[in-house]
Amino acid sequence: MSVHDTAEPNRRDFLYIATGAVGAVGAVSLAWPFIDQMNPDAATLALAEIDVDVSQVAEGQSITAKWRGKPVFIRQRTAREVEEAKAVDLGSLKDPIARNANLPSDADATDVNRAAEGKEQWLVMIGVCTHLGCIPLGQSGPYDGWFCPCHGSAYDTAGRIRQGPAPTNMAIPPFEFTSDTNIRIG
Amino acid sequence: MQWLDARLPLPRLMYDSFVAYPVPRNLNYAYTFGGILALFLGVQILTGIVLAMHYAANSAIAFDSVEKIMRDVNWGWMLRYMHANGASFFFIAVYVHIFRGLYYGSYKAPREILWILGVIIFLLMMATAFMGYVLPWGQMSFWGATVITGFFTAFPLIGDSIQQLLLGGFAVDNATLNRFFSLHYLLPFMIAGVVILHVWALHVAGQTNPTGVEVKSSKDTVPFTPHATIKDGFAMVVFLILFAYMIFYLPNYLGHADNYIEANPLKTPSHIVPEWYFLPFYAMLRAITFNIGPIDSKLGGVLVMFGSIIVLFFVPWLDTSRIRSTAFRPMYKIFFWILVADCIFLGWLGSKPAEGIYPALALAGTIYYFGHFLIVLPVLGLVETPRRLPGSITEAVLAKNGGGGAPVGAAAAPDTKG
Repeated sequence: MSVHDTAEPNRRDFLYIATGAVGAVGAVSLAWPFIDQMNPDAATLALAEIDVDVSQVAEGQSITAKWRGKPVFIRQRTAREVEEAKAVDLGSLKDPIARNANLPSDADATDVNRAAEGKEQWLVMIGVCTHLGCIPLGQSGPYDGWFCPCHGSAYDTAGRIRQGPAPTNMAIPPFEFTSDTNIRIG
Repeated sequence: MQWLDARLPLPRLMYDSFVAYPVPRNLNYAYTFGGILALFLGVQILTGIVLAMHYAANSAIAFDSVEKIMRDVNWGWMLRYMHANGASFFFIAVYVHIFRGLYYGSYKAPREILWILGVIIFLLMMATAFMGYVLPWGQMSFWGATVITGFFTAFPLIGDSIQQLLLGGFAVDNATLNRFFSLHYLLPFMIAGVVILHVWALHVAGQTNPTGVEVKSSKDTVPFTPHATIKDGFAMVVFLILFAYMIFYLPNYLGHADNYIEANPLKTPSHIVPEWYFLPFYAMLRAITFNIGPIDSKLGGVLVMFGSIIVLFFVPWLDTSRIRSTAFRPMYKIFFWILVADCIFLGWLGSKPAEGIYPALALAGTIYYFGHFLIVLPVLGLVETPRRLPGSITEAVLAKNGGGGAPVGAAAAPDTKG
């Protein structure tokens, strides 16, 4: 009859479990730095806010800023482009959500919700196709907006997905006009 | 030697595994690709180690350091072409090896673990090849990495965090290049470790052979050396001649011109294509263009692509046939070659742009691929009438050679090739 056959847990059982538990916690705590080192570091995160001077961007012109390693399209749209975007029936959109980080996550994808607040001719969006991350070409494709050459996704003049495999509208980053000629992204 | 053997039986292990080890006497040339793969793992590790002496894993200078290898480093052009084309030939060999296993039922009991280890090696090879392709930091490197890591964003909720964890930033950048280089250097040694387990498992169960009949007596086998050694060696030489031809006459045939343009994060090449050995999987990824219930098309494509490899893990249990070798399964033989054609067809579709009729064809090819493993394999094993099996390996060999009885264990003819 060995001591291990007793039904009652004894002090040795407790010690086994306690040692195992402490060991497991220790292993997990030690593993965390080895995993977390792969995440973006503070220097990378610090690049998460940029200022862009848009005083030179006339109507119908675009510039591309680089934010978090990704291109951000900043475009002062023509009146015709705004009209085209406003004329679209929301029911015909593939993705009816604005995808605007400055608005609630369920905002409709109307042109006003896609454009800069109070300055509807300005469109600021992350120029990355929502399919697999290619960079679409500006002012081309069947909807006069953007066209991704990789897999044929077409966006309209408000950067909304209209045709092709991309699932969502191009994302609007958090940004604000700090003055009439300066945009702060991030 | 005896002195060493008494203290560490390494000489005995080598002798038992690669000299005296009994191999079936009827192995054909399809069975030489295991040795070829071991050779190419060696080639890749050797050329890789010397290339790493000249390469710089920094996004500012990586592209130039590769050009410097090509132009300035003594023999650098040859070493790099050996490494780049070596990856392609590695995959040619592994695909022949995998289809050999499927044809001759090498995955069936008692070799399931052997097969699963092989699939793990295949996955590690794919990861290694993908990360290696990023290192030259050309346009295809950069955008290939963007698209492939973009797969992870398809997963709801956690997708974006996983992608940032892999990239070390919000887009492919220096942090990504550094970690890919580190892992690209590590993974081949992990492959080598799993290869040792793979060979170990092989030597426990013994090799299959074209008849699929287990070895029954010592008459069925010949010693590994000289028979298999010479045969493997001859196949290696022939394979290396093809390899040399590619290196010296068509070194960039399998590559993409776009990768000789330095990576530009603000400009996407018009047509992103992976290396040829990933094309069938790329075609399956793009075949899913519609939402399936709660799964959107993007996630669906990613799941199908990963599923196409995961399904291989279950092949030993999906195949219900008691007959090991396809040579004795007249119906399955047809389906096997349809599968081969289907994979080549998918590869061709993967190289085409995703427009017009191509996605529909890719969908058909994908459905057949999964249908083969999930429907044909289990059902056919139950309904098919196999041909009569030979009583033993020796009987099959003698019948083939008119009762000659000569020790023709290393006979060259792939005698049961379908």
